[in-house]
Amino acid sequence: MPLSDIAEDAQQVMSANKAAVSRALNLVEDRRAESHARVAELLAALKDAPKAAGGHRVGLTGPPGVGKSTLTSVLARGLRLRDRTVGVVAVDPSSMRSGGSLLGDRARMSFDPTDNGLFVRSLATAGEVGGLAYAANSSVRVLGAAYDTVIIETTGVGQSEIDIVHVADTVVLVIQPGSGDVLQFLKAGIMEIPDILVVNKADQDELARRAVADLRGALRTAHAVGAGGAQDGAWETPIVATSATKGSGIDELIAQLDAHRKHVETALLARRRRGEVQWTLDLFIRKHGEHGVSTLGGRRLLKARAERELDGGETPLSLCEQLSREYVAALGQTA
Amino acid sequence: MAQDGKRERDRPWIMRTYSGHSTAAASNELYRTNLAKGQTGLSVAFDLPTQTGYDADDPLARGEVGKVGVPISHIGDMRALFDGIPLDQMNTSMTINATAVWLLSLYIATAEDQGVDPRVLRGTTQNDIIKEYLSRGTHIFPPAASMRLITDLITYTVDEVPKWNPINICSYHLQEAGATPTQELAYALVTAIGVLDAVKATGRIPEAEFGKVVGRISFFVNAGIRFVEELCKMRAFVELWDRVTQERYGVTDPKQRRFRYGVQVNSLGLTEQQPENNVIRIVLEMLAVTLSKDARARAIQLPAWNEALGLPRPWDQQWSLRTQQILAYETDLLEYDDLFTGSEVVKAHTQDLVESAWAEVQEVLKRGGAVEAVESGYIKQRLVESNAARLRAIEAGEQIVVGVNKFVESEPSPLTENLDEAILTVDPKVDADQRAALARWKETRDNDAVDKALAELQRVAKSDENMMVPSIAAAHAGVTTGEWANLLREVWGEYRAPTGVSGASVKTAATGANAETVARLRDRIHALEASMGRRPKMLVGKPGLDGHSNGAEQIAIKARDVGFDVVYEGIRVSPEQIVASALEEGVHLIGLSILSGSHLALVPEVMKRLRAAGLGDVPVVAGGIIPEADAERLRQEGVAAVYTPKDFELDNIMSDLIDLVDRQHAAE
Ligand code: B12
Ligand SMILES: Nc1nc2c(ncn2[C@@H]2O[C@H](COP(=O)(O)OP(=O)(O)OP(=O)(O)O)[C@@H](O)[C@H]2O)c(=O)[nH]1
Ligand SMILES: [Mg+2]
Repeated sequence: MPLSDIAEDAQQVMSANKAAVSRALNLVEDRRAESHARVAELLAALKDAPKAAGGHRVGLTGPPGVGKSTLTSVLARGLRLRDRTVGVVAVDPSSMRSGGSLLGDRARMSFDPTDNGLFVRSLATAGEVGGLAYAANSSVRVLGAAYDTVIIETTGVGQSEIDIVHVADTVVLVIQPGSGDVLQFLKAGIMEIPDILVVNKADQDELARRAVADLRGALRTAHAVGAGGAQDGAWETPIVATSATKGSGIDELIAQLDAHRKHVETALLARRRRGEVQWTLDLFIRKHGEHGVSTLGGRRLLKARAERELDGGETPLSLCEQLSREYVAALGQTA
Repeated sequence: MAQDGKRERDRPWIMRTYSGHSTAAASNELYRTNLAKGQTGLSVAFDLPTQTGYDADDPLARGEVGKVGVPISHIGDMRALFDGIPLDQMNTSMTINATAVWLLSLYIATAEDQGVDPRVLRGTTQNDIIKEYLSRGTHIFPPAASMRLITDLITYTVDEVPKWNPINICSYHLQEAGATPTQELAYALVTAIGVLDAVKATGRIPEAEFGKVVGRISFFVNAGIRFVEELCKMRAFVELWDRVTQERYGVTDPKQRRFRYGVQVNSLGLTEQQPENNVIRIVLEMLAVTLSKDARARAIQLPAWNEALGLPRPWDQQWSLRTQQILAYETDLLEYDDLFTGSEVVKAHTQDLVESAWAEVQEVLKRGGAVEAVESGYIKQRLVESNAARLRAIEAGEQIVVGVNKFVESEPSPLTENLDEAILTVDPKVDADQRAALARWKETRDNDAVDKALAELQRVAKSDENMMVPSIAAAHAGVTTGEWANLLREVWGEYRAPTGVSGASVKTAATGANAETVARLRDRIHALEASMGRRPKMLVGKPGLDGHSNGAEQIAIKARDVGFDVVYEGIRVSPEQIVASALEEGVHLIGLSILSGSHLALVPEVMKRLRAAGLGDVPVVAGGIIPEADAERLRQEGVAAVYTPKDFELDNIMSDLIDLVDRQHAAE
């Protein structure tokens, strides 16, 4: 896409034209240096999309196989029934050996291929950036300009549970009955407290009730030890039991999602910006460690710079790459 | 016993030919000729719409009606299928699973119309829906609903059709999906355990009667080319089943604990190259299931020499039937006691298999049993891994396949002089005819009776009563296969099974003879990624009702291993869905895999829709059972390349695919 077409395409994205949305997603995945200007232009053009500010970015995370994709599918259906349009980014891990990936989430989602209000894109983590895919943040921005709700499904391992906080307005942690680890992590404060907790595979009432009760206990302990997360104290993490295969609990999940979206309404833009700043720094630190940070003037300076430049149209990725170049150059000078 | 150790000849096993195509009338004719040739039982192959619960007029049935089997929509079709064949004297095996309750209901209703008491009916419904999720791919409903249908059929027939084999637990299809002998044993046994536990849980069978149910369970087994090991596998089955039935279910009558099984020998190893060699493979494989008197098959059906080319013609099937007859009637095999009693070698290997299989049985039970291990994808993943290992060994030349990776030079074969005529082709007109006949059926039947029957069916589906009763009533009322299945889809929902590819850990590339090639392919993908800005992304699609997933799975895994980002959504995806996925995923390449023979209908349809979606530039390749004449037509329609089983070197395919993406990128 040459520059001049980008404005046109951005318009098309905002009217949820699937071909345009797909092209835009391809563009934000494009890692060539010569494409960065166009990516920046596209994202800038989409920044004030009417859907974006009013929209909702929902992050689904949780251990492999708990039913995130199946849940995404029924959640999307529930939202479509309420006449809301939905964009999905499903992230799967890349193979360490080949760099390739098998993007399997889509296989678990069933949808009407003629529905223009639903769009699913799979992304591979592509190794170096940890849990979320390279282009996850930008892809969410593209889909957010086109659709009312954007659902991000993470790989559920490694860094993704942390990264998702930077991208989503509402973080939903999905677990299944009897997942003791999660309880332990929460209690010990290892795991951040999500905005919503879902106990999926609650196909049997009795098991589900017990799991929910266990979780309540764990959450109480977690609050007591002052575990992280709680970005604002006024929100009390609800626990929702679902069965993605039977479709039960979905109405309640949507109600809780709406409630949380409302809760963060006033702070929404600030929350998103904070997430992007944080993600930029995290990306950079993962690559270059504390030495990178101190070489470029320390954490506070970098943070301020990120805030400024993200306003100016940079994305966390492009900015991180810019910082990397500066760091490498600085290393060269000192060597 | 006669002198010099010779005995009276044992009765031979039941000889069948798996067949059916085009229409009920055409298949009826075929069955009559087969019986006249000395075949002793019938084995009905249904077409894919019938197996997956669609009538000919359903959009999802397009291209598939009457192709790989006979379409049976209603009792009129069933009557025509068995016209002039007295059901009280027949032993009929029906390869039917998700719709088994329905097809058996049609069969019973047809018998009643013939004036035959269902209590004398003999035969088998395959009715093992568990392995459908793992290999065969004609499942419809979620596992819990499937298990209910399985147990409804079993508990009904135990009393009402007492000579019927209500279920054939299948390990055959597991081997066809790559299973090792250990896996075949283990996963068939956990399936049987899952089914018997579920029957028990219905509470419909009095404790004292349970042995009767156990005694009705039969198996459908595979025999591969390593025939000594396969022979041991059959003996291991006998031993393990005896153990399970005794220890887990407390069956005391040894007759009820007997491992009763039928066989279709291995087809996965039958080759497109030098196809005449397949006859020899088939004979050797048959030995594995006949040599041991103590573990001999009850019924055998054999594939044909042209298995990898397409559907067998009557002559091809006759050749396979004669193979069985020669073994049974010309040789002295049936005159002796078990040949291996006392063989230390056979005993030792049998014990190895017993132990390794038992360990894997315990592993699955630890994971919650067969259903859980299906839902979690555990078993499927193991199968995909085994199949990948098998293909890799053939590609690397570690596993010799004569005529494929060794001894490949050949004189021109008179059998395949005219390749496109060396198989059965089904008249495409069949589709329209069947649709017209169906419309006539719906016009002339009593629609009030149909509505009433459907309402009752729905009520029972929501209750815990037996589905057989209202299904037989619905059969008499003229309900169709599609109506029966669609109603249940609404009540129970549909299920997409795990593909097993994502988590499969496969040693395809980094080691072995082909490591260097793979490294080169990865470098090329890497270079392409750098110049395109994105990693090459490929969609592997399986349009239509075809459940043959092996090829698509292995292509998907291999593509991942050379560095593609791969989207694979599993089997039975409509052309519309494939195009929507291609569009949303922004892929650089689309690969379609079709083995059911419906490629001429489905591939062009996908292409047309791609063009309409503005994706006409994206290269499309196709693979599967595609005769050369059809391949040429597809290429003319714009398909970039067509692959068939003879293209066993996946590295070469990958290299082509990378070329295609490269060329398309250069053109943009
Ligand atoms: C294994 C097998 C099965 C297994 C499938 C297991 C599974 N999950 O895949 C089981 C036992 C379940 C099965 C069942 C049936 N089968 Co079957 N089966 C075969 C068999 C023996 C081998 C196919 C195979 O897996 N080969 C191994 C893989 C790796 O090879 P491949 O798929 O051909 O792929 C290679 C190439 O074709 C190519 N390729 C394929 N796809 C793609 C895609 C891309 C993108 C690319 C680049 C390349 C590519 O590359 C691969 C590498 O070499 C063939 C005969 C044969 N020998 O080929 C019959 C065959 C395909 N089956 C057949 C039939 C009729 C059936 C049934 C429909 C019978 C019935 N009436 O019920 C059932 C139902 C299945 C269903 N639901 O659709 C017929 C089809 C007839 C036709 N086309 O006219 C065949 C040809 C046998 C015959 N001669 O009658 N089958
Ligand atoms: N019984 C039951 N099974 C479920 C439920 N939700 C999902 N599953 C099953 O759990 C398995 C995994 O589901 P997925 O949706 O692929 O899970 P996931 O979390 O997206 O998995 P990854 O993306 O691989 O981490 C599938 O077999 C689903 O059918 C549920 O509510 N109940
Ligand atoms: Mg998933």
